[in-house]
Amino acid sequence: MSDLHPPASTPAPSASAASPDPVDRSAEHGQLRMVATRFLRHRMAMASLTVLVLTVLFAFLGPLLWPWDHTVHREILPNQPPSWAHPFGTTNAGHDVLGQLMRGTQQTLKVALTVSVLATAFGALWGAVAGYYRGWIDAVMMRIVDVLMVVPLLVAVAAISGNVRGGTTWWAVALIIALFSWTTIARVVRGVVLSLREQEFVEAARAAGASDARIVLHHLLPNAAGPTIVAATLLIATSILLEASMSFLGFGIQAPDISLGLMIDNARTAAFTRPWLFYPPGLFIVMICLTINFIGDGLRDALDPRQTITRR
Amino acid sequence: MTSTNHAPNPATAAADAPVLSVTDLHVRIPTSEGDVHAVRGISYHLRRGEALGIVGESGSGKSVSALAVLGLLPRTARVSGSIQVAGYEVVGRKDAELTRIRGARVAMVFQDPLTSLNPVHPIGTQITEAIHAHRDVSRAAARERAVELLRTVGIPQPEQRIDAYPHELSGGMRQRVVLAIAMANDPDVIIADEPTTALDVTVQAQVLDALQAARRATGAALVLITHDLGIAAGHVDRVAVMYAGRIVETGSVDEVFSSPQMPYTLGLLGSQPRMDAAPHSRLVPIPGAPPSPDHQLSGCAFAPRCPLAKPVCRTSTPQLTAVSDTHAAACHFADQLAGIRPEELFASNTAPSANPLPEAVERTRSRGEPVLVAEGLVKHFPVRSKGLIRRRSGEIHAVCDVSLTLHAHQTLALVGESGCGKSTTARMLLNLIPPTRGRVSYRGQTLTGLSSSRMRPLRRSMQIVFQDPFASLDPRMTVFDAVAEPLRVHGQFRNGGAERVRELFRLVGLDPAHGNRYPHEFSGGQRQRVGIARALALEPEVLVLDEPVSALDVSVQAGVINLLEELQERLGLSYLFVSHDLAVVRHLADQVAVMYLGRIVETAPVERLFTAAAHPYTQALISAVPIPDPRRERARQRIVLRGDVPSPMHPPSGCRFRTRCPVFARLTEAEQARCATEVPTLADHGNDHAVACHYAVPRSPLGDAFPPHRTP
Repeated sequence: MSDLHPPASTPAPSASAASPDPVDRSAEHGQLRMVATRFLRHRMAMASLTVLVLTVLFAFLGPLLWPWDHTVHREILPNQPPSWAHPFGTTNAGHDVLGQLMRGTQQTLKVALTVSVLATAFGALWGAVAGYYRGWIDAVMMRIVDVLMVVPLLVAVAAISGNVRGGTTWWAVALIIALFSWTTIARVVRGVVLSLREQEFVEAARAAGASDARIVLHHLLPNAAGPTIVAATLLIATSILLEASMSFLGFGIQAPDISLGLMIDNARTAAFTRPWLFYPPGLFIVMICLTINFIGDGLRDALDPRQTITRR
Repeated sequence: MTSTNHAPNPATAAADAPVLSVTDLHVRIPTSEGDVHAVRGISYHLRRGEALGIVGESGSGKSVSALAVLGLLPRTARVSGSIQVAGYEVVGRKDAELTRIRGARVAMVFQDPLTSLNPVHPIGTQITEAIHAHRDVSRAAARERAVELLRTVGIPQPEQRIDAYPHELSGGMRQRVVLAIAMANDPDVIIADEPTTALDVTVQAQVLDALQAARRATGAALVLITHDLGIAAGHVDRVAVMYAGRIVETGSVDEVFSSPQMPYTLGLLGSQPRMDAAPHSRLVPIPGAPPSPDHQLSGCAFAPRCPLAKPVCRTSTPQLTAVSDTHAAACHFADQLAGIRPEELFASNTAPSANPLPEAVERTRSRGEPVLVAEGLVKHFPVRSKGLIRRRSGEIHAVCDVSLTLHAHQTLALVGESGCGKSTTARMLLNLIPPTRGRVSYRGQTLTGLSSSRMRPLRRSMQIVFQDPFASLDPRMTVFDAVAEPLRVHGQFRNGGAERVRELFRLVGLDPAHGNRYPHEFSGGQRQRVGIARALALEPEVLVLDEPVSALDVSVQAGVINLLEELQERLGLSYLFVSHDLAVVRHLADQVAVMYLGRIVETAPVERLFTAAAHPYTQALISAVPIPDPRRERARQRIVLRGDVPSPMHPPSGCRFRTRCPVFARLTEAEQARCATEVPTLADHGNDHAVACHYAVPRSPLGDAFPPHRTP
């Protein structure tokens, strides 16, 4: 035990400890199953997941089955209220609203989910690192966040998207929104990590010789999961609305392509005269936001081992 | 106490009538997982001037039953039975009706003085508010009474202090203010719920004195709720022992402590570490853990942990049966307990490595070579002003010139009150925080200034067990992963790590099959065992134990202490044991270093320290620790320190203890000048005994009249 020889066994970065041990794996398996069990028992989350899956099918498989896409067709009578041929009616220019809705939902989902994944991953890591190290690292990192937060978003978007090739494709829009929205996540996670880092289990990990990366990835981020998920679900709703306002200003997804935000924008004068243009995309936005919020709730509870397995 | 201006209560006219009478009290608190039956039928009666101690471990229902007396339980709680305060029935009354008796007839002192005072009002306002609530007196008269109350509870210069805000007072002072508020209306009953648990021992002694003064001044009956048998032994006339919502034994302190008639009481006495115990005597833990409150109980609640349990114990609940006029116990086999000692009753579960009788264990542990050496450690924490610039506005002198040597196979205890720098020192020894000055070396290799990657291989040899078993385990990690983490970090998990983890679980007395559970599914004692298993995973040579048992209940604590002793013997570990609890130190330590305000004031072998402590602070510290023996407790001479620990931002010049030192107060002016200017260094008194005091005189702080205690 009095071994003072230099590190003969090089300390392996054991974050990748995919151990071949059967017992260990079964324990891991048990945890996953427990998380799954808890999620399955969360009624609202399960209902929301079903609705969201149906929405995704509608958006991605629907266009393959429905005869009309989101573009103008001569065969379509313009300005028609809902009928059997066009269940959500048609627009002035001769779009099938159902066809638009499918394509719009698809684009919106792609943007929103990309934003939330990118911004959450980056923001959580940024915030955790800043909160863990504190001191001048924290000061510099959080001042960057502050600067990004005070830049008027739409002005920045206007400046950037003019200079980005393919500025109106969905992924470029998603990247631009993500660039400006990870800051909220970073702030939330930093706040949580600031209190977590003072807990004794972090010190215990340090005393065991754990590297900073291991502490951040294995201890701090999992324990910050609750607030992070809440912030991430809010972010999805925000990014849908942001995308809509970008489209309105002419920097987001542009016609002939369509998104839910753009549809609402096109129909904003028609809310009372031709409600079939306005309400379907509106309801879809509300529905997507709500389902994702409930799924987030369920996920947060399922990931927290302190929650008892009771039906709620 | 001169005030006589409140209306005499007709119910107290008969001097012998009980002022507080609790009969068959049940409290059920509904939760999402069903009703918690927190109090399951307790009865007690208290006359004016009497003091009743309610002792029990956490979750035994002692606080809930006290809150019920004031009707302070949550609205959803269902209370049945009868509580009469001076003839006035409390159960079933509305909140508005109860305000008439709260404060006037029954007053309560809560555990945490930091939260029981309102931070935005001066303390005087809070006392006069209590007076005005029940009496129609002028503001001047109320203020005058407040000053008088503050004087009674021992607050110096009450005329000035009355306008202080709570944050300007120390914890002990605040608790005395709370006590003054409780006394404000000359109540018939004062209920003190763990009044000193949040305080240091020397301050605890002051507050307990104030409590006695309050009792004398008001003539009130006292209900003292505590988990500390020592406090009960010295401060009450009668005790009631609670377990799982019932009173299992009650009687005069002398009877209950000298001839307990219930296995649980006996177990509690056997598992309580005692400062007057023979050296290195093993404690007698009670097996198992108390039942969780939402558990449905049938029969005797203690039966699962009781060595005497027979089938009848699991089916019929024993009632309190009188043993003598003043003593009753709830046990079917109380008569079998006459003259029995805890280690005889709980024989089966003292350490499996059949250890010889405590008297015989004069452990001749050879002192090994120095392992961990600290030289001249200094730690200053900067205090920064708020705002953008965050200028350095001062420094906290947390640790000042501390040198320590930990020898192989030995236990060095670092003792002191909160804020004395003992935990900071322990963390510097592990290189978890860098020292401002000084150096630490492990077997000749300097640790100070090593990078974390250079430090990593050395971490295998030095591990730490933390105080709070709730905070020291990652709540999102299974206990298996927690114990495996050090192995993974050091790349040792791949070859047989899982088997090693299971072996560690068995070593600390846990079931390896519980590995995939999360920390919250374990009790405090079990979690602390997980923490010990994690610390042992890399086969360290040195273990730093930072208050490892102070968050645990007595009956569980004994098991962990025994485990630590056993592990040391089996694995040849060296312990650095950081603690504020001298009784535990006496059981575990070989060498003790006493810290006060960042400096080591005395270091000595454990026996020498308890028989011939030479520093006035050590003497006061030892004399302030209560002993769970009513006769000794009453016979003891106490040194009660005045005042509070000074702020570590501006420590006193010269000897840091001089502001509170009882010896300093008796010195001549010339001698005092020396204390104020010259920092006393640790001077050798022979036999590893060193004292940092200019006027050190060894004396036995426990009193010479008593031979070392043998377990009853």
